[in-house]
Amino acid sequence: MEALLLQVLNGLDKGGAYALIALGLTLVFGTLGVVNFAHGALFMLGAFVAVSVEKVLTISSKVRDESITFFEAYKETPYLEIWWGDTGSAIIDWSVPISIIIAIPIMLAVGIAMERGLIKYFYKREHADQILVTFGLAIVIGEIIKANFGANAIPQAAPEIVAGSVDIGAAIGLDGVVYPWWRMIYLAFSLSIIGGVFAFLHMTTFGMVVRAGMHDRETVGLLGINIEKRFTIVFGLAAVVAGLAGVMYTPILPPDYNMGMDFLVLSFLVVVVGGMGSLGGAVAAGFLLGILQSFSSMTAVKEVIPGIDQVIIYLVAVAILLFRPRGLFGKD
Amino acid sequence: MSNDSKKLTELSRRGFLKSTAAAASVAAAPAMFVSNANAYVNAPKGKSVTLGFNVPQSGAYADEGADELRAYKLAVKHLNGEGDGGLMNTMKPMSLKGNGILGKKVEFATGDTQTKSDAARASAKRMIEKDNAVMISGGSSSGVAIAVQSLCQEAGVIFMAGLTHSNDTTGKDKRKHGFRHFFNTDMSGSALGPVLESEFGKERTAYHLTADYTWGWSQEGSIKNTTEGIGWQTAKAVRTPLGAGDFSQYITPVLNSGADVLVLNHYGKDMVNSLTQAVQFGLRDKNVNGKDFQIVVPLFSRLMAQGAGENIKGIYGTTNWNWSLKDAGSQAFVKSFGAEYGFPPSQAAHTCYVQTLLYANACELAGTFDPCAVIAALEGFKFDGMGNGPTEYRAEDHQCFKDVLVVQGNDNPSSQFDLLNVVQEVPRSQVEYSTTHLGGELGSCNNKA
Repeated sequence: MEALLLQVLNGLDKGGAYALIALGLTLVFGTLGVVNFAHGALFMLGAFVAVSVEKVLTISSKVRDESITFFEAYKETPYLEIWWGDTGSAIIDWSVPISIIIAIPIMLAVGIAMERGLIKYFYKREHADQILVTFGLAIVIGEIIKANFGANAIPQAAPEIVAGSVDIGAAIGLDGVVYPWWRMIYLAFSLSIIGGVFAFLHMTTFGMVVRAGMHDRETVGLLGINIEKRFTIVFGLAAVVAGLAGVMYTPILPPDYNMGMDFLVLSFLVVVVGGMGSLGGAVAAGFLLGILQSFSSMTAVKEVIPGIDQVIIYLVAVAILLFRPRGLFGKD
Repeated sequence: MSNDSKKLTELSRRGFLKSTAAAASVAAAPAMFVSNANAYVNAPKGKSVTLGFNVPQSGAYADEGADELRAYKLAVKHLNGEGDGGLMNTMKPMSLKGNGILGKKVEFATGDTQTKSDAARASAKRMIEKDNAVMISGGSSSGVAIAVQSLCQEAGVIFMAGLTHSNDTTGKDKRKHGFRHFFNTDMSGSALGPVLESEFGKERTAYHLTADYTWGWSQEGSIKNTTEGIGWQTAKAVRTPLGAGDFSQYITPVLNSGADVLVLNHYGKDMVNSLTQAVQFGLRDKNVNGKDFQIVVPLFSRLMAQGAGENIKGIYGTTNWNWSLKDAGSQAFVKSFGAEYGFPPSQAAHTCYVQTLLYANACELAGTFDPCAVIAALEGFKFDGMGNGPTEYRAEDHQCFKDVLVVQGNDNPSSQFDLLNVVQEVPRSQVEYSTTHLGGELGSCNNKA
């Protein structure tokens, strides 16, 4: 029982990341009709906003380390700590949450620039052309990050206060159900972002127009509404969602230039399983596949089918496509 | 046409086909397999000789690779008579003169293995064919080391292995052209066993998380043999993909497995991530079977300790060398490396530096770069003053035999680099095994003469 609960929690935090990326992919596909293979790169860019913020906050002064006598060694002390002492240390400690605030305008600008600068020229082109150009863009973005930050993963720490774990089992009468705070926070964060996006689409006039445009773009245009402008903002919104998912994921998985590609393939499968264009489907499939992946890595399961944890998502996608080609929530 | 003349025509046609096929096969053969006027592959012609350094510059072992490359560059500097000479001041016996190797200036080419066997073979092949490297050194992944060692055997150049810890490198996959200074998983097991027994007792249950490739399998086997030998149970041994990043799905099953020791058969960034996540999941705070839960990392390094930060404190493992050793060789190397780069060398840097000097010294002893003569000079070579005490390159398997260090994450570091405590220097006699123990055949020398 305890083991099952832990694997559900594991699946939920990973599923949260899949769902957030898939949500953006579905929004862009539903509004603009574009299959955006550069969406994973936006997730990765978000993560590197966190890396950059941490680098800026820890710009350091080099001080001779007197404890080393063999050779001249230096200790690096961040200027923030030199100037503001404990307050400076606390600011550095909270670099990931601080990055969220900074990432919102940056990712919005990146998303709008991407849409206006490149994607809009491919609205009326074949899906194959869209895939090629966005895939190329993802490679270019990845290489730019690699050139500036190197190929190695750069670990980011969660704030000290939430670096440990919480004994969930004690609250529900089970023994040994301990789970890291940050992963719980990530799950709550992804649920609130998903809730926010749904609320935005269902409770605001802007969202209503966007949803109407997703159903019938031409009629909305005939009503005198500039749907193109709204869709550009939707693209920016999808970039912000992916970017924030990336920022928050950095304490869980140290980011490298390739992390976007790793998540993109799985997120596309999530979209396909959920049903292309279905926002609810993307979210549900994200969590479902995250949990399935987690369960498949349990030893008891792997003993029956070795290596199943590596292929389970693909097997599920094949099965869904065979028996329900439009996905779980897709409309016929 | 008479029968005789027909037969002649057929014969000549057959002869023509044979000779064409032979010519075509020669033309199609890669340049590295064709001997030239020299007696061996890539015999240096000018005033310089090129060495090929093949290290991971990306992937799970990139930190080790970066440090290896620093060490190689320092070794080249010292061989060419620049800098303070480093271990050339302490190595005994030594034939190096500080004028390159056999009077030829040492130059080098580098390659990125990407911690992948195919990429490593491609970069080693490029260095042999295009840069005329007479020796390849590097590693940081036994999968890579074994693949490149085999390529060097086929190509007829020497392979001086860098950081590779799997038994197989000098066991079932050993080659005449390959030499390893680093220790192996059986040696780690033999050295660690008595310490684990005295610290944690005889009644323990271990859970292994293992990197899923040759090194991980080798280490899991060696540590299981040791722990089961002292009476421990093994709850499970689970394989994890190399470079998995997020190990949470593998760690959560440990919590309720009944195990009270987690053995992390991971290295580099994998170990940093898996250990950090194991601590985040509260494993070190657990009490199972009335005992405090323990984590063991059989292969340790200061670079990993640096990456894992606080989490490493109190954890036991083994290492090939540590910068805090007080012998003259270690101190000379730390001083030289520290002056160059501003921090002490890792065990990966140490083994790569030593390997480069040992190769160069063997060339001087042999009086040639001919691989067969160099192999003969290295086989059975006994030396001291390189940081590990008296050491021997055993002729039968090309494995160095020397003392092994058991270390523990330092609870009270005296400096930013003082992360590992040397708990015990386990003597060679305790970790040595018979020449047939790990199997394999060296094969014969290949100098393409």
